[in-house]
Amino acid sequence: MNILVFLETSEGKIKKTSLEAMAYAHGMNGVTTAIVLGKADAGDLQTLGKYGAAKVLHAADTKLDEPIIQVYSSVLAHAMQDEKADVLLLANSSLGTPVAAKVAIKLGASFASNVTELPDTSSGFTVKRSIYTGKAFAFVELTGAKKVITLKKNAAELKETGGNAPVVNYTVPLNEADFNTKILKTEKATGDILLPEAEIVVSGGRGMKGPEHWGILEDLAKALHAATGCSKPVSDMGWRPHHEHVGQTGVKVAPQLYIAVGISGAIQHLAGVNSSKCIVVINKDADAPFFKAADYGIVGDAFEVVPKLTQAILASK
Amino acid sequence: MKILVCISHVPDTTSKIAFTDNNTKLETSGVQYIIGPYDDYALARAVELKESSGASITVLNVGLAETEPTIRKALAIGADEAIRVNAFPTDSLFVATQIAEQAKNYDLILMGRESIDFNSGVVHAMVGEILGIPSVSPVMKLDIDGTKVTMTKEIEGGKEQVESNLPLVAGCQEPIAEWKIPNMRGIMSARTKPLKIVEPKGIEAISINKKFELPAPKSAVKMISADNVVELVTRLKTEAKVL
Ligand SMILES: Cc1cc2nc3c(=O)[nH]c(=O)nc-3n(C[C@H](O)[C@H](O)[C@H](O)COP(=O)(O)OP(=O)(O)OC[C@H]3O[C@@H](n4cnc5c(N)ncnc54)[C@H](O)[C@@H]3O)c2cc1C
Repeated sequence: MNILVFLETSEGKIKKTSLEAMAYAHGMNGVTTAIVLGKADAGDLQTLGKYGAAKVLHAADTKLDEPIIQVYSSVLAHAMQDEKADVLLLANSSLGTPVAAKVAIKLGASFASNVTELPDTSSGFTVKRSIYTGKAFAFVELTGAKKVITLKKNAAELKETGGNAPVVNYTVPLNEADFNTKILKTEKATGDILLPEAEIVVSGGRGMKGPEHWGILEDLAKALHAATGCSKPVSDMGWRPHHEHVGQTGVKVAPQLYIAVGISGAIQHLAGVNSSKCIVVINKDADAPFFKAADYGIVGDAFEVVPKLTQAILASK
Repeated sequence: MKILVCISHVPDTTSKIAFTDNNTKLETSGVQYIIGPYDDYALARAVELKESSGASITVLNVGLAETEPTIRKALAIGADEAIRVNAFPTDSLFVATQIAEQAKNYDLILMGRESIDFNSGVVHAMVGEILGIPSVSPVMKLDIDGTKVTMTKEIEGGKEQVESNLPLVAGCQEPIAEWKIPNMRGIMSARTKPLKIVEPKGIEAISINKKFELPAPKSAVKMISADNVVELVTRLKTEAKVL
């Protein structure tokens, strides 16, 4: 089986969720070609061999520096054909998922997003995907000769396999019409740990009482190298930016550790956090529904417990 | 301007999910169905555009007869007419194919960023690709000036300002508009607004839902005293192994 893995970059650095797609490809026992579009860190391209790539394609055309979905999907559909690939793998993201869907249409390929585990190939090719916003899973058989799959975070564990792969310059003709959607401006939190990719998330709810109290959560997040998140009312009221809103209608996170402070645990919030490995809830109300979904709970006032917790974490280092 | 708003008919966000028939079907008893929350944002923005610039709104749903109360609700909120493609929405490709069949004469095609049942999050991208027109998602702000469309799109950790042209497909999310609640007059007039039923275009299925599964139940919460946060840190390190 020939597998093409698209690796997404952020300021030239390859994203960790994309490396999970490399690990997934490795688990499928095929021949893996990695592809990176636009500006990319040369060192990062070199390391892809270590994650199991037999070959790395780099389309370095500066026209690909901006992640335009239409453009990227045309290039990847081209690469699928050039490489005679059977499967295209991508990490779920605001870029990867729509690009994948478009490639699937271009190639007439079977498609599945939000895939959580390696495929079962004992009879046919069946993937497990997350549905009902994490409340259930579906087993979906992909019967097309070609397949396009996007992965949910943690679908495969990062693994260095120790190989080496040549980095090949890849050129494709670009289609002018694909550029008719223009990115005018990008505003992005820089230096911070991005919420969808974070291994630890510290999240605050209406119990934090106001944006001026976020400092104690930021201190805790800093001590843990965590990203900060929030509940929907918090972003609705403008206490925090919208991209930090976690839940059914916001970001779905899947960290190792999710710490919820002053969040009641409404079912719509839980839908965004139920893929977390471990959940800690801090709430002054012992009857808050979130405790039922937690691994560890502390009943107490956030304004007392959080600074103490930050201290304890710093002291334990 | 002609706007097509595509809506999904999905279990309400508080629904408990369970399966029957050997885990091949959703247990629907006790489940309340709603317009998908993201689709509801799309519809709300369409109604705003109608109010500000006199657009007409058609709502489209791919679903069996049981979805009609959901479609009528969209009519009550402010759509002018409705189309129901008479088929069970088996997967994204099937739904996108049906929407593309109906969408050819519209300027703006709005829908939610994803449906909250199967969460594929790709129908907008597929419809755009099938029709050969741009698609943008998730859109938090959308303004139209002539045929030029400017949008704010959410990306990981931030947002992008995007510009494109009509005809266009947009997958919507908050805060593009505030959800609208139908008023009495809307509910009355919705009863008589046209709802056309069309038969689906047949396509070969290349993905098949075999069965469903519920996640393993969570073990009971361990409570720790607020005076003993050190114990929490220790447990996170040695027991949960997440620090
Ligand atoms: C269609 C739909 C979609 C939705 N999507 C989302 C979503 O994606 N994400 C989301 O979060 N919500 C979503 N909601 C809203 C959701 O139903 C809840 O209203 C929301 O999650 C509540 O936010 P909260 O927990 O911050 O606030 P509240 O429910 O008000 O809870 C505040 C909590 O803080 C605690 N508290 C107060 N003071 C302190 C203190 N000093 N110390 C410690 N604890 C304290 C209280 O005991 C309480 O438990 C959605 C709702 C609908 C209808």
